[in-house]
Amino acid sequence: MSSGGEVPAVVVDGVGMVFNEGTGGEVAALDGIDLTIRAGEFVTLIGPSGCGKSTLLRLIGDLLTPTAGGVSVFDKSAHESRTGQDYGMVFQHAGLFDWRKVKANIELPLELRDWSKTDRNARSAEMLDLVKLDEFGDHYPRQLSGGMQQRVSIARALSFEPRLLLMDEPFGALDEMTREHMQGELLRIWGETGTTVVFVTHSISEAAFLSNRVIVLSPRPGRVHSIIDVDLGERTPDTREDPDFFAAATTIREALRSVGGAE
Amino acid sequence: MRLRQLVLSGTALGPAVVVGLAGFGLWEGAVRAFGISQFLLPKPTSILAELMAEWPVLRHAGWETGRIAVSGLLVGILAGVLLAMFTTRFRMLNEGLTPLAVAVNATPIVALAPIFNAWFGITGTLSNQAVVIAVVFFPVFINTAKGMTEVHPDEIELMRSYAAGEWTIMREVRVPNALPFFANALRVVAPLSVIAAIVAEYFGGPQDRIGNVITSNAGFARYDVAWAAIAVASAVGLALFAAALLVERVSMPWRLAVGGSDSNNNPGRET
Repeated sequence: MSSGGEVPAVVVDGVGMVFNEGTGGEVAALDGIDLTIRAGEFVTLIGPSGCGKSTLLRLIGDLLTPTAGGVSVFDKSAHESRTGQDYGMVFQHAGLFDWRKVKANIELPLELRDWSKTDRNARSAEMLDLVKLDEFGDHYPRQLSGGMQQRVSIARALSFEPRLLLMDEPFGALDEMTREHMQGELLRIWGETGTTVVFVTHSISEAAFLSNRVIVLSPRPGRVHSIIDVDLGERTPDTREDPDFFAAATTIREALRSVGGAE
Repeated sequence: MRLRQLVLSGTALGPAVVVGLAGFGLWEGAVRAFGISQFLLPKPTSILAELMAEWPVLRHAGWETGRIAVSGLLVGILAGVLLAMFTTRFRMLNEGLTPLAVAVNATPIVALAPIFNAWFGITGTLSNQAVVIAVVFFPVFINTAKGMTEVHPDEIELMRSYAAGEWTIMREVRVPNALPFFANALRVVAPLSVIAAIVAEYFGGPQDRIGNVITSNAGFARYDVAWAAIAVASAVGLALFAAALLVERVSMPWRLAVGGSDSNNNPGRET
């Protein structure tokens, strides 16, 4: 969680994104986005549907190229960061490969980096321990529940110690109880690894519980409406019943209302 | 676990064996009771007698026809899979070729047998093999290409976020994703290859094959021998179908994993 104050993790500079540019069916998804994320920060992107929060995440991850402005990640272009394998990604769809055992799924990014078998084994064991699935390394993903699959997906994203973890509604498909449990787990893992997280959600309580800062986006085209600092100290299950937590959630809710997207 | 599965599949076969034997019994009884002539429908016992009497000829014919079917099957599969990989890699090609392949696949390819005789020679086995290859190729190509392209978009984005190139994505995602689709095609084309080989033999090729044994014996009114040859052809077809199922099981161990109980017929993946 140390920020150190040196190089920021992410700098989004005047980014605009227009889909189908020059075809007549143009859709302006994002416009004039400026954003700086410090190293070690946990930042949430929230906004009504159509505000381009997933698009912004994909621009940071170099899965899309902005039509205006630029993104740099740890002082490199987003493209250099992706090809330099700095990113870990987690989607709503756990995206585990059916044909690989849990262990082999976690080791996939390590294989792509040509790690030796011994190193891979050691790391996947560590990761399974981190997400508390030690006994499930030799299972196939289909044998696991949705929450367990998503934990494997997180373990896979963290296995190579990415400098930046990009998460697109990773708990969106989970039930409320599993979701709260996973949020706690994610914060514990974040505390242990000190990685920088950019997290997309449409849940107000999720944003309030997880983040250092919440970026509220307004829709069509997506713009930064407001940035809300959340300081709740160390999160525990009791945090969810803390007046400060409710206050933060209220601030976020009011910001969302004013952009026409209270959900 | 293996043993349990074996026992389970054994008990699953039980009813089929009983029904099959009962069917043969009824057949035998009906032919005797109604005095159906040999010409229309020979008794199972006389077919069995001819099967044993003509065994050297039938065994040779079954082996040779089986070889044509298997070699055509392998070449057709190889060509179908390679083209599927190629067209998936170069998407434009896929969009142009797939509808064409679907259209060709809907035409009765065995009808080309006499034409293949003109192209590849009527006395050799090449024209017969070409019929089998053409029949096998299209379903394999169409299904495999479908399996390689119908990948969850998140899985492709994930691989790209790891800086994986197109060929890595092909190897790690598209090929394994296509396996269930390929297996479905294999179940269809494995017995189809025998049918194609025999129909092709009706029109030409060497004279010691199942197709010719059936036509020549039927021509001499030796229907029980023709039926015996058909029985041999069925056995070859069944053997290839069984081999297809075996390939399916061995190549996709995750489908057998406990808890992964959904149907083996459905290539669609859970999301």
